[in-house]
Amino acid sequence: MAETNVKVSLKPKDFKGKVSPDWCPGCGDFGVLSGLQRAVSELGLQPHEILTISGIGCSSNFPGFFNSYGMHTLHGRALPHATGAKLANHEMNVIVTGGDGDGYGIGGNHFTHTSRRNLDVLYIVMDNQIYGLTTGQISPTSEAGMKTKSTPYGSIELPINPIASAITAGATWVARGYTGNIKQLTRLMIEGIQHKGFALLDVFSPCVTFNKVNTYQFFRPRVQPLEDIDHDTRDWKAGIEKAMLWGDVIHTGVFFETNARMTLGDQEPVLDDGGPLAFRELGLDSEQTDRILSRMM
Amino acid sequence: MGVGSFDYVISIGGAAGQGIATPGNVLARLCARLGVHMYAYNAYQSIIRGGHSFLTVRCSDRNIRTHGDTIDLLICLNQDTMDRHLEHMREGTSVIYNSNAINPGEAAEGVQLCPMDVENLAGKGANKLMQNTVAIAVACQLLGVGFSALEDVIRFQFSAKSEELAAENVRLAKSAYDYSASNFQTAAQQMPSGGKPLAVWRGNEAFAMAAAGAGVKFYCAYPMSPSTGILHWMAANARELGIMVRQVEDEIGVICMTVGAAHAGCRSMCATSGGGFALMTEGVGAAGMMEVPLVIVNVQRAGPSTGVPTKTEQGDLWQVLGASQGDFPKLILAPSSPLDGFQTIPEVFNLADKYQLPAIILSDLLISDETSTIDPELLDMHPVIDRGKLITEAGDEAGRYERYKFTDSGISPRALPGIPGYEHVVATDEHMPDGVLISDEFTHPHKRRAMVEKRQHKMEGLLADLPPPAIVGDADAEVTLIGWGSTADVIRESIEQLAEAGVVANHLHFKWIVPFHADEASELLSSCKRTIIVENNYTGLFHRYLRSETGFTVDGHIRKYDGEPFKPHQIVTAVQEQLTGGEALSVPYEEIIV
Repeated sequence: MAETNVKVSLKPKDFKGKVSPDWCPGCGDFGVLSGLQRAVSELGLQPHEILTISGIGCSSNFPGFFNSYGMHTLHGRALPHATGAKLANHEMNVIVTGGDGDGYGIGGNHFTHTSRRNLDVLYIVMDNQIYGLTTGQISPTSEAGMKTKSTPYGSIELPINPIASAITAGATWVARGYTGNIKQLTRLMIEGIQHKGFALLDVFSPCVTFNKVNTYQFFRPRVQPLEDIDHDTRDWKAGIEKAMLWGDVIHTGVFFETNARMTLGDQEPVLDDGGPLAFRELGLDSEQTDRILSRMM
Repeated sequence: MGVGSFDYVISIGGAAGQGIATPGNVLARLCARLGVHMYAYNAYQSIIRGGHSFLTVRCSDRNIRTHGDTIDLLICLNQDTMDRHLEHMREGTSVIYNSNAINPGEAAEGVQLCPMDVENLAGKGANKLMQNTVAIAVACQLLGVGFSALEDVIRFQFSAKSEELAAENVRLAKSAYDYSASNFQTAAQQMPSGGKPLAVWRGNEAFAMAAAGAGVKFYCAYPMSPSTGILHWMAANARELGIMVRQVEDEIGVICMTVGAAHAGCRSMCATSGGGFALMTEGVGAAGMMEVPLVIVNVQRAGPSTGVPTKTEQGDLWQVLGASQGDFPKLILAPSSPLDGFQTIPEVFNLADKYQLPAIILSDLLISDETSTIDPELLDMHPVIDRGKLITEAGDEAGRYERYKFTDSGISPRALPGIPGYEHVVATDEHMPDGVLISDEFTHPHKRRAMVEKRQHKMEGLLADLPPPAIVGDADAEVTLIGWGSTADVIRESIEQLAEAGVVANHLHFKWIVPFHADEASELLSSCKRTIIVENNYTGLFHRYLRSETGFTVDGHIRKYDGEPFKPHQIVTAVQEQLTGGEALSVPYEEIIV
């Protein structure tokens, strides 16, 4: 919605939702929640200017814990709901939140297509490489060999690479955060919200209950912020190269960004004048209807 | 034929790619300009080249609403058409064909064969599509249509491509017209003229136009026959009318985008066929649970699965009845025609908004693919728009707004995202009035019960807003024909034919399916002397629904599930057989093989 003239400066705690999170103690998702509360506070946003949209899963309970407009939709379907909502009201700051199973598994098709459309939203994926709410099965980002209740002999499938996938699919801002580094995470969220276009922020958000492999102890010695090394974020090839690393060094930070492509909404002349579609006058004028009818004669 | 003084059926057959649409469009436009009513049904296959397309165009001075029972003029664009359909031609009819390419078969006594030497008229090596112009010119001459009227329509049809092409087609039409005048006998029925000019539309266009008039601002779809015409109309008109139109990656995405846009505040619609609707069903439940108003059109085709994409069937009733898990309110209706759809759709948007629920419109291929004339005065593009209890700006409740507040009607005022002080979360999980979930931590049985009852309570108000069913015709009729959706017009014409044969029948037709006026329907049914239900499916899907709602079992069934729509005489014959002691289930034989 249009910005109000006098803005009350809000603190992170003003973005606490009606209920407290029901995540397990120690869950990485707490870090994502507090990071986003800080980010929107720093950006001076108001709760009514934000629409958080999620799918289903532990991390998808996010909108209920955050004070803004929210949609808690279907498993895997946050992005198409967000596409409809953003096009209907392109003045809202739409932030999509969810997990790796929700976004890269059941919602994988929408992930690809929303990337190529360059929809102007920030998509935060709390990536814990496991299905938590269903009590521990492999996810699309689980490492090969991982033993879970659904893979008692170890997974024989390769994980997908969300960062490389997003870059090749056409996302225009692609980054990775880690809940062990809230300062960096908050900065990435601010950048992602400010980016004009589809921004993917994949966040290592360890599941302390079901993933005994990809723990804080696993990540702490491995994560290396890209801002600490020489990385050109405008170079998509370098971005993919960095994204493919998974070993002693795993990068976080911005892998790729470009402002060279227009957003979906900016390319759509229907949105040019008249404010959000959702608040426009309904019905057609006589000139429009006369034209329709005359073409039928 | 009927009571009209002019009622004439022209069938044009050829392979896909032979340009069958052009003579069809020329005929449609010609009738409309002469003020003659026209109804066209095209039997075709899911193929871009080849196969057998058979377009039947019925023209009359009265408002005919079916493609009729017989063929008065056959236009053969290929040998296959001649071989398949010459046997249907009776005394007084004519057959036009290109004598360079097609051999006539053995015609019945009194059938006029009209061979046209197209090569001689058009010149050797002329475009093969030229035979269409020749055929249409001969048809017009046989029907007494003045050449200038034909010339105008040919120019209209071809000048978009090039003036030269238009002129060439006019020249050829004139030679063919003159040749016909000196060689063939004109038809006994002559096309009237001077009537009030009519418009031409197709069923899918009617639905799209209605939605545009009703204020739809968001439309998205995945291409699927036979619903794609709605997408095409929307896409063509989107920028001029300020409608956001998107083609989406799949129907799951379609329904979810529609829900997202509707929740944000746009009047939103999507359309598909049964296969796409299957993918949408989880989203239907999401709209039901989050109480988001939207309109979904399911244009049925012959199923199951991929089925017969270009054929009609009323097979998806129970699919939409059961769409999505759980027990929640939705509106389901089946309009009977393009005009009925056009006039009903604005009301459907109003009802969806008022009761904050998904509305499902069942159309079918017969409606969606129909090309017909329509009196433009019937087309009110400025319908009443009522969005119900919608909050679009901040008011008294700022800071204490509850999205799912308990009310007497079950309708909770709906605030659009973006308004300061009305922040809330809508969820597909069960929730409390303030939107907080009860499913994860506090599955309180009393709270769950209250919320289920709040939602379902909306159905009582909705039912009261819907008109009860009514019997049309003689209340004392010896037989009542029951139908739903697209069979209305063919049943109506059958009843007229039955009356001519001395059988008094009346008509009970259902459009509003969920919620259902069970008490009124039961009362009407029990007043009938004898009941026969007509359906385009195998198991009598609507009868099973009617019985579940009323406990009433009908006396007889007429069912068709071969892909082709009913013709009036097929229903007439079946009714007569059942009234004279025949079996209680009739499955009419389809004479036209396509």
